[in-house]
Amino acid sequence: MKQLSVFIENREGRLFDVLRILGENDINIISLSLADTNDYGMLRMIVSKPQVALSILRDCGLSATLTQILAIKLPHESGSLGRALAAINDAGINIEYMYGLCADGDEAVLAIKTSDVAQAAKLLKRAGIEQWQM
Amino acid sequence: MSRDEMTVLQNYRLTNTVNHVYHNVEFYRHKMQKIGLLPSDIKTIDDLTKLPFTTKEDLRDTYPYGLFAVPISEIVRIHASTGTTGKQTVVGYTRRDISTWSECVARSLTMTGVGKGDTILVAYGYGLFTGGLGLHYGAEHLGACVIPIATGSTKRLTTMMVDLEATAIACTPSYLLHVAEVLEAEGLLGKLKIKAAICGAEPWSEAMRLQIEEKLGINAFDIYGLSEVLGPGVACDCIHHQGLHIYEDYFLSEVISEQSQTPVAAGETGELVFTTLAKEGIPLIRYRTKDLTDITYEPCECGRTTARIGRFKGRSDDMLIIRGVNVFPSQIEAALIEMGTTLPHYVMEIDRVGTLDVLELKVEVEERYFSDEIRKLEGLTRQIEKTIREAIGLSIKVKLVEPRTIERSTGKAKRVIDKRKLM
Ligand SMILES: [Zn+2]
Repeated sequence: MKQLSVFIENREGRLFDVLRILGENDINIISLSLADTNDYGMLRMIVSKPQVALSILRDCGLSATLTQILAIKLPHESGSLGRALAAINDAGINIEYMYGLCADGDEAVLAIKTSDVAQAAKLLKRAGIEQWQM
Repeated sequence: MSRDEMTVLQNYRLTNTVNHVYHNVEFYRHKMQKIGLLPSDIKTIDDLTKLPFTTKEDLRDTYPYGLFAVPISEIVRIHASTGTTGKQTVVGYTRRDISTWSECVARSLTMTGVGKGDTILVAYGYGLFTGGLGLHYGAEHLGACVIPIATGSTKRLTTMMVDLEATAIACTPSYLLHVAEVLEAEGLLGKLKIKAAICGAEPWSEAMRLQIEEKLGINAFDIYGLSEVLGPGVACDCIHHQGLHIYEDYFLSEVISEQSQTPVAAGETGELVFTTLAKEGIPLIRYRTKDLTDITYEPCECGRTTARIGRFKGRSDDMLIIRGVNVFPSQIEAALIEMGTTLPHYVMEIDRVGTLDVLELKVEVEERYFSDEIRKLEGLTRQIEKTIREAIGLSIKVKLVEPRTIERSTGKAKRVIDKRKLM
């Protein structure tokens, strides 16, 4: 799944500027997560039209990129997250970052950025963990 | 011309100039009388160090016409510059001065390969600033076709560059980099006929020059000058880029130690000092430029025997003293370029927190640096901090900012914001 990542400075109103630009161009934001440092933040979003959203943001002079991530479904039962991560970890694949994407009925959906996306997807499938579709 | 022949010419012109100012400029007559010096004491260029210096402050203090050596009726042009400290200085040119100036710029352009048959965009400011009209007259003198586009709309510049098939451009180097970015964004890089850029009016690094050459696929030349001495065209580099050739038949140069005010050995860095040899309007004796460089008298690969000044190390008044350490913006620039192939837009902000000076470097996060992993961005800032710490021996803070948030300028790029002065 393609994730839209945008570099924003920690200035008043920057987050809203990005959301406003996307809204004005009929881009739906399905999920949003903000990781930040003292000076700047990384806005990570799953949006309805990622390629279009990317070019619009770049035209507005923002640094943005599309990143391939895995969105996996985790049943609400103990140990499911551990199983998923173990499957990736045991194969020596790095997890760069992860965050909760959304809750979908009985399941939680988790976004994971790994060093080897294709291989991680295969391993997760083998471990019986399903990918989430929009 | 051999160095011996040059010396004979310089001796002759120096004695003429000294006579001219002694008899026509009260300021110089007083200065010389004070130290008991007569024009006849100056026989050769070896006597140069007997003469007093002239500074920018002298020009300011004698504003407007105090240093003029001819009546205003002989002056055909006035240029002016405003110092950062406020009060402006004016310089005047006789008809012959304008022709000397055109000659110097024409020689510079010839070194860059520009001549009759070329179309040159002069994208310096026109008006009181000497850049625009200086390049304009020099290029016309050569018979090149001049487009006096001046500063303003970059869009109009890129359009004319392509449509009129311009073969050369003259502007500030930082603006040319901006123009290159715009050309790239518009997909016009492949449509250019430009072969040479003549850049000046601000200090720039060798790395920046190479970056311009690579990005535009051209030769980029460094033209030097200052309005007090003449304007652009006092010196320019040739295709070998081994320093800037000084037109020594017009300008007698020295490099002095700022502390002892005595000449340094060839090859050592010091403040560049000029004595004009053929100027009528405002002849200057030992004018202190505040530009820091070194000088060599070795013949150049191109065959010219004129003295060459090295790439500028900065200006003695551009130098920042941060926590007691001398820092030049050019050092920061060199460190940044070392990190990648091209120079990012940056600005240095110096502030005083308590009693401690803090240098913060804002760098725009461009596509090529961009990663959506914060760890990598943090790694990048730490790497920049480390490279610069090693270069200047001072720890600094690097702050990544959004693209295009650092102000672009069509004139001199503003690379330093010193907030300490406001307190
Ligand atoms: Zn040469």
